[in-house]
Amino acid sequence: MAREIPYIAAVEEAIFEEMGRDDTVLFYGQDVAPSDDNRFVQAYGRDRVRVSPISETAEIGMAVGLGLAGYRPVVELLMAEFMLVAMNQVVNEAPRLRYMSGGQVKVPVVFKAGYGFTAGWSGQHTGSIYGAFMGFPGLKIALPSTPADAKGLMTTAIRDDNPVCYLINYLLVLEHGDVPEGDYAVPFGEAAIRRSGGDVTIVATGWTVGRALAAAETLAAEGIQAEVIDPRTLNPLDTASILSSVEKTGRLVLVDQGTRHGGASAVIAAEVAEHGFGSLKAPIAQVTALDVTVPYSEPMEAYVLPNEEKIAGSVRQVLGEAPVAA
Amino acid sequence: MEQLDNDRLVWMFTQMLRIREFEERVKRTFEEHPGVIRGHTHLADGAEASIVGSLATLQPGDQLIATYRCHGYPITLGTDTKSIMAEIYGRKDGLCGGYGGSMHLVDPGRGFLGTSGIVGQGIPQATGAAWAAQIRRQNQVVLGFFGDGASKQGAFHESLNLASLWKLPIVYVMENNNYNVATRSEQEDANAAAGEPLSVKAKAYSMPGVTVDGGDPVAVYEAVGAAADRARGGDGPTLVESKVYRLSAHGNIIAPPGVPLHYPEHEAITVFGNREEYEAALRGDPVPRFRARLIEQGVLGPVGADEIATEVRHEMDAAVQFALEDPYPEPEAAARQDYVYA
Repeated sequence: MAREIPYIAAVEEAIFEEMGRDDTVLFYGQDVAPSDDNRFVQAYGRDRVRVSPISETAEIGMAVGLGLAGYRPVVELLMAEFMLVAMNQVVNEAPRLRYMSGGQVKVPVVFKAGYGFTAGWSGQHTGSIYGAFMGFPGLKIALPSTPADAKGLMTTAIRDDNPVCYLINYLLVLEHGDVPEGDYAVPFGEAAIRRSGGDVTIVATGWTVGRALAAAETLAAEGIQAEVIDPRTLNPLDTASILSSVEKTGRLVLVDQGTRHGGASAVIAAEVAEHGFGSLKAPIAQVTALDVTVPYSEPMEAYVLPNEEKIAGSVRQVLGEAPVAA
Repeated sequence: MEQLDNDRLVWMFTQMLRIREFEERVKRTFEEHPGVIRGHTHLADGAEASIVGSLATLQPGDQLIATYRCHGYPITLGTDTKSIMAEIYGRKDGLCGGYGGSMHLVDPGRGFLGTSGIVGQGIPQATGAAWAAQIRRQNQVVLGFFGDGASKQGAFHESLNLASLWKLPIVYVMENNNYNVATRSEQEDANAAAGEPLSVKAKAYSMPGVTVDGGDPVAVYEAVGAAADRARGGDGPTLVESKVYRLSAHGNIIAPPGVPLHYPEHEAITVFGNREEYEAALRGDPVPRFRARLIEQGVLGPVGADEIATEVRHEMDAAVQFALEDPYPEPEAAARQDYVYA
């Protein structure tokens, strides 16, 4: 049975339920359950639910140690940028220890953090910085775009035996949607086709999935049928689904809230250019954030970000029509 | 903490000899088999008493995390020295299959959860393992090893604060060799500059801090053992500063292959021109010191001590031989996805 709940509640539900199924799952971080009245504390006790000081290196480093010692910690990091404080633990410890040990150890940890809060949070709390994590083999990246995926991908993240950056888009936390009750897992590495269409493939992540779907509606009114694909996880990346869609449509527009250089869309573009070149009828287009720090002032912030008009414009362009006036 | 009987003392002496002989063989490899060891190798000669005294306190189920200067721990824990040497030589049957090398030895079955090659970064990991031990409630402790340089890292301070706050069962063993690569402690540590022991850092985190002669394995055993007892009793962490003198340079940097040691001698000599300091350290070498003490106490005779030394030499001969003959891994093993992802 599904019922409508907000994205943020779906994330919490997945953690709560998984803690009930598996005693080795822990949940801690800054501002996690400072009060004993918290339902996680009530249900699972202080051994497994703790509030930590503002010490990212210790919080994340401890998660690595807990993972090595057989536990499955979920670390609440609030903002993806806070991981940068402890970048060594996130990218140079957690994902490397198994490989360097020749497969002797595993590090099943979840780094739960919000990103993309482009709602006036200025330059240091708005980044869609997951592109930077894509170059670290061993580190999985999940970007839920719907409440159902928020639950299902968190369940999978906790059960995964590897470190996972589970990234909540802060622009989506209050979006409501149908979320299955009970045990619900969405597999990693399986893209969701959010809308079918034969004229152009739009690959979008996180918050931009909704923007791409809105653009697709506008385009449909013009007789253009866009297929919208949400990869859901960037590592593993479901390249096969993207390629098979491009084979059908011959055109690809990549949409991402992150920057253009060193970003997710650049990686996907490279895969399609190498493996799907024969299917392409037009150059691949990228609709990403501009390569600048996200500015504070609203009109400038909006200018930097991808939006429905930019997406629709790019689609018209790859279909050989005149781009809309800026 | 258990009393050290004669058998245990002889065991400790044997482990110290094994570490020393192993490290000597690593060092000799650079001359005898140039190019066989790649990258950066860090030796524990001089720290044997500290390592063995610390690990002698371990009970079943206890765990440890150390640094890139890590050969001595698995040797003491009983990991086959053939596999350790083969790992350092980059061979197929190395402890980590040639994926990690000298800096990243791991033997989880013996409680050795691993190391970090980045200064200070193993400290929070050890702290996390201690939280796991606290949840298990089986009276287990974790030993977190690091150097004096690491105590200038945020990871150290954040971890000690958390461990004390949560009364985690961990002993922080700071092996203070007084040098951060080539920088002396008093050049970069406020406590050292003020003439204080580095163990005073514990006070900031409301935990006991003790300083011990890391050249005396029994003293280290007693200090770490008391701290471990305290941790097992639920009273939280202790910072043990174990003062050692490393008898080799910080590391053996091979770049390009075949070019010998970055610093062929200890930085006291090569950087500070202080041969006297180094020679004083050699006179206090913990290995002959402990040997003399055991003989003096009648725990061991000179013949018995020599027999152990001979046996250890044979063991390390075999380790070198094995590692030299062991094939390299197949190159395509580098792409094993089951090692990238569990």
